[in-house]
Amino acid sequence: MMRHILVAVIVVLFGLIFARMVGGYVELDALRPLALDYVTRAPVELGTPNIITGILITYRGFDTLGEVAVLFMVAASVGLLLKKDDAKPASAKVSSPKVSGEKTAAAKPVLAKTEAARAAAARSAAAKANASARAATAGSVAVKSTKEAAPAEDDEAAPREASEIVRTGTEILLPLIFTFGAYVIVNGHLSAGGGFQGGAVVASGVMLMLLARPGSTLNVALLSIIESFAGVFYVGLGILGLVLAGGFLDPRFLPKGEFGAFISAGAIPLISALLGIKVGAELSVIIDRFRS
Amino acid sequence: MLEFLLLLVCASILVSGVLAVCLKNVLPAMVASGLASLFAAVSFLLLAAPDVAMAEAAIGSGLATFIFLYAIRKTGNGKG
Repeated sequence: MMRHILVAVIVVLFGLIFARMVGGYVELDALRPLALDYVTRAPVELGTPNIITGILITYRGFDTLGEVAVLFMVAASVGLLLKKDDAKPASAKVSSPKVSGEKTAAAKPVLAKTEAARAAAARSAAAKANASARAATAGSVAVKSTKEAAPAEDDEAAPREASEIVRTGTEILLPLIFTFGAYVIVNGHLSAGGGFQGGAVVASGVMLMLLARPGSTLNVALLSIIESFAGVFYVGLGILGLVLAGGFLDPRFLPKGEFGAFISAGAIPLISALLGIKVGAELSVIIDRFRS
Repeated sequence: MLEFLLLLVCASILVSGVLAVCLKNVLPAMVASGLASLFAAVSFLLLAAPDVAMAEAAIGSGLATFIFLYAIRKTGNGKG
């Protein structure tokens, strides 16, 4: 009872704070001085039609670096926390009763793979496991359809084949999602978007791929290497800006080019691409860690 | 017109937020929280912030929802 009253009091206090904030709200008819400064300077100094990306990568480049560092730490700590669980679900997978004998056979290469080093050889094993899993589901259509009808009530954590709709939809949508992600990344200086948003789009494409093919695994080692190199190059470009232009993460050491052209705005497209690669790889690794 | 749309979207955020808290079953609650993120992304778009909307739609309603899904699966559908 005491707890409920306390919670109610806290909620009312928060309500009062927010009511004050909303009550004092008036729409500004002019930009604040700092915003006005950025808006007038960014197109002239940086040559970016999309001012937001220009601000994020140049004037607030240090903040972006901090954001990326936070994301890196999140990925690292997720990997650290969820690493020990890797062995447990794998052993539970084998001991748990299976719907069909064929599915255990399909799950075994996956198990062997999670324990072995994630090398290139693992990829072919995953493909094989997937193919055999597909054959297994084709053999037991009745089992599959009941599982499709009630995905929420599925108690076993073992990877099972996704439904026909998800698989076919993924095959159609995946290239489009990846293309859109790449478009958003490399056009960050021209239209809405940029490295962070595009990286998130690419990572959601990776997520769709993992949903449609539960037996497959990501090559986490390769992704980590790519991500680390993207980070190193990002900081390297920043230092290059320090040496050749005005300061750390200043993209103006490359020619500004024609306003609105694809190759323009100094090093902003390069930095954006590196950010996109880094964010996409990091989020993909986080998703892969959360999969059982 | 814009104000009306914005009010509608904000009401949707509220409703899905309350649903996410109140629903007893974990899976629909997760979907409701994803829906709240999606409506938030729409509201950002209406407020002329497409960059933020893109990040919110991809991360808030896409990735976060499915990370919840994996977490629910690992903890036995939230029943245990």
